[in-house]
Amino acid sequence: MTIRRYESWGRYPKASHASVLAAHWRKDPLPLPESSDQSILPYGNGRSYGDVCLNEGNTLLDTRGLDRFIAFDPETGILRCEGGVLLSEILDLVVPQGWFLPVTPGTRFVTVGGAIANDVHGKNHHRSGTFGCHVRAFELVRSDGSRRLCACDTNAEYFGATIGGLGLTGLITWADLQLRKIDNPFIAGETVRYQNLQDFFALSAESDRDFEYTVAWIDCLARGPSLGRGVFIRGNHAERKPVPEPRTSRLGLAVPFTPPISAINGATLKMFNAAYYYCHPAGRHPSTLHYAPFFYPLDSVAEWNRIYGPRGFLQYQFVVPLAQGVEAVREILQRIARASTGSFLAVLKIFGERGSPGWLSFPQPGVTLALDFPNVGTKTFDLLAGLDGVVREANGRLYPAKDARMSGTDFRNAYPMWHDLEALRDPRIDSSFWRRVREEH
Amino acid sequence: MRKILIVGATSAIAEATARLFAARGDALYLAGRNPDRLQILADDLRTRGANLVATARFDARDYDGHADLIDSAVHALDGLDTVLIAHGTLPDQKACEASFVAARDAFEVNALSVISFLTPIANRFEAQSGGTIAVISSVAGDRGRQSNYVYGAAKSCLDTFLEGLAHRLATANVAVITVKPGFVDTPMTAAFQKGPLWASPEQVARDIDRAIAKGRRVIYTPWFWRWIMRIIRSVPTFVFHRTRL
Repeated sequence: MTIRRYESWGRYPKASHASVLAAHWRKDPLPLPESSDQSILPYGNGRSYGDVCLNEGNTLLDTRGLDRFIAFDPETGILRCEGGVLLSEILDLVVPQGWFLPVTPGTRFVTVGGAIANDVHGKNHHRSGTFGCHVRAFELVRSDGSRRLCACDTNAEYFGATIGGLGLTGLITWADLQLRKIDNPFIAGETVRYQNLQDFFALSAESDRDFEYTVAWIDCLARGPSLGRGVFIRGNHAERKPVPEPRTSRLGLAVPFTPPISAINGATLKMFNAAYYYCHPAGRHPSTLHYAPFFYPLDSVAEWNRIYGPRGFLQYQFVVPLAQGVEAVREILQRIARASTGSFLAVLKIFGERGSPGWLSFPQPGVTLALDFPNVGTKTFDLLAGLDGVVREANGRLYPAKDARMSGTDFRNAYPMWHDLEALRDPRIDSSFWRRVREEH
Repeated sequence: MRKILIVGATSAIAEATARLFAARGDALYLAGRNPDRLQILADDLRTRGANLVATARFDARDYDGHADLIDSAVHALDGLDTVLIAHGTLPDQKACEASFVAARDAFEVNALSVISFLTPIANRFEAQSGGTIAVISSVAGDRGRQSNYVYGAAKSCLDTFLEGLAHRLATANVAVITVKPGFVDTPMTAAFQKGPLWASPEQVARDIDRAIAKGRRVIYTPWFWRWIMRIIRSVPTFVFHRTRL
């Protein structure tokens, strides 16, 4: 058995915690550290990137013991389960019965609690909004012993504060989710290679009309007339099971150790990106595939985050309104290409209009770009501070679930309801992220 | 579809094993001390596919109630073919040295109460000429060690009892399985520092499930404990006494 490491996915910053408690039974009171000056933070599966799941010098509450199902109605698709259940466990249960997650992020190894706390989104945001849009209710347990049933019309302020609330309002012991009906586990997908940023926007507008799931992989190092080139990926749930069934590869790869330096640097990245781009022939290429490789291509490479070396990496995701979006994205891509840094895994997507009940929900209508930067120290941080400026100018904002270094001022300006969340924060709960952003240091 | 009684159902290893049974659509009777927790488990197992889940409160030291519990299980499941005994406590060794009451307690819960259950079960399975009995023991029973010999002695008592029971029931087509886990990461061992030898309840559950399917006699889980204990058992006394194991 591997000893559980309490890190974030980016493995930066590293945090040492005074202790880790565990929750096993949802009817028990919230476990609390003995010392009253210690705060606690619920920890799911550690797939957020920066420090929203860390609580330096204090205590973590491991919630994976709350991994039970409570009830599932295969007629209505309403599932009630504990907060520590993984989305992968939900899929294993419900897909064979003809149901799917209404919204899924890029990995299925996140807990329900984590999905709510970060109000995660996916390739179908333009149709279905965020995860929080499909949460009918949940139970919130706090350090004062209170247990609240929260829904849009019950304890509504706790409902709004907790969705996207980064775990700060209490422990989500269970939640009711409305799932989405499917006929079979396959996706009728298509890839379309496109040549530049302008093409992306045109392709996206067209695709969002006809496809439930859309996203673009983007070559973040391409310059000049090729700036923003990439491969557009789109798909719908297959209407019928394909015959013959596509083979699902059982080849599980893993990164068994951490290479001493990041395996991803300027030179290798430019090559990978070019190869990936040209690997896709021009034009549209349909293929039907199982949901796992369509939604979760990286999940099959266990611990891929180690490929960035011991210093870890910084994930950067922002959204800017469409009006200024094109220029902002162009400017950002130019800066990244000039700095010759960046990641293979860069994704671009248009967010839709559907709002979320979460007060601190990240998505807003506009365009979002997400990518990783190997942590090479000052150079990385300076670049990101520069990008922050572009995002700020364009009235955009960053995604807390991915952040390890945004300034408190930027955060507070971008999320004015942070005040309201702070008012409802459980007095015994805190996080490294929240301490960092709620005041200037 | 098997009809399975699990005693000590709310323990981590039992819960993990019950999930494997539920996925196969078995019928389950769960006995534990805490009705709320039993209910939580029952909802989970039903959702995961168990054909039927019934629960009952039991107390390890209420010996008179044990035969009734088994009868209730038979009634609820309309028969019984498998029993998993998973309850137990890890006593404080020092407390057991200081007081016989603590030591006796450890024996009652870990050894005597198991024998109390096994007596009517063995007779029933013998009479019906079939069934599987699996009991969670421990590697601690393989050698008395200064760090946990009260617990070890209780488990060792179980091991010998089960060995004899297996012999008796061999001709009646009843399998008796002794499950010996090493270090397992559960609430029972929350206070311990974990290391690479530690197993998850899910790993142990898979081994138990396989052992039941194959009717094995004694299993160590994970497998490498068989070899570790072989070595531990063979260390000569004068050397062993120099250790604090």
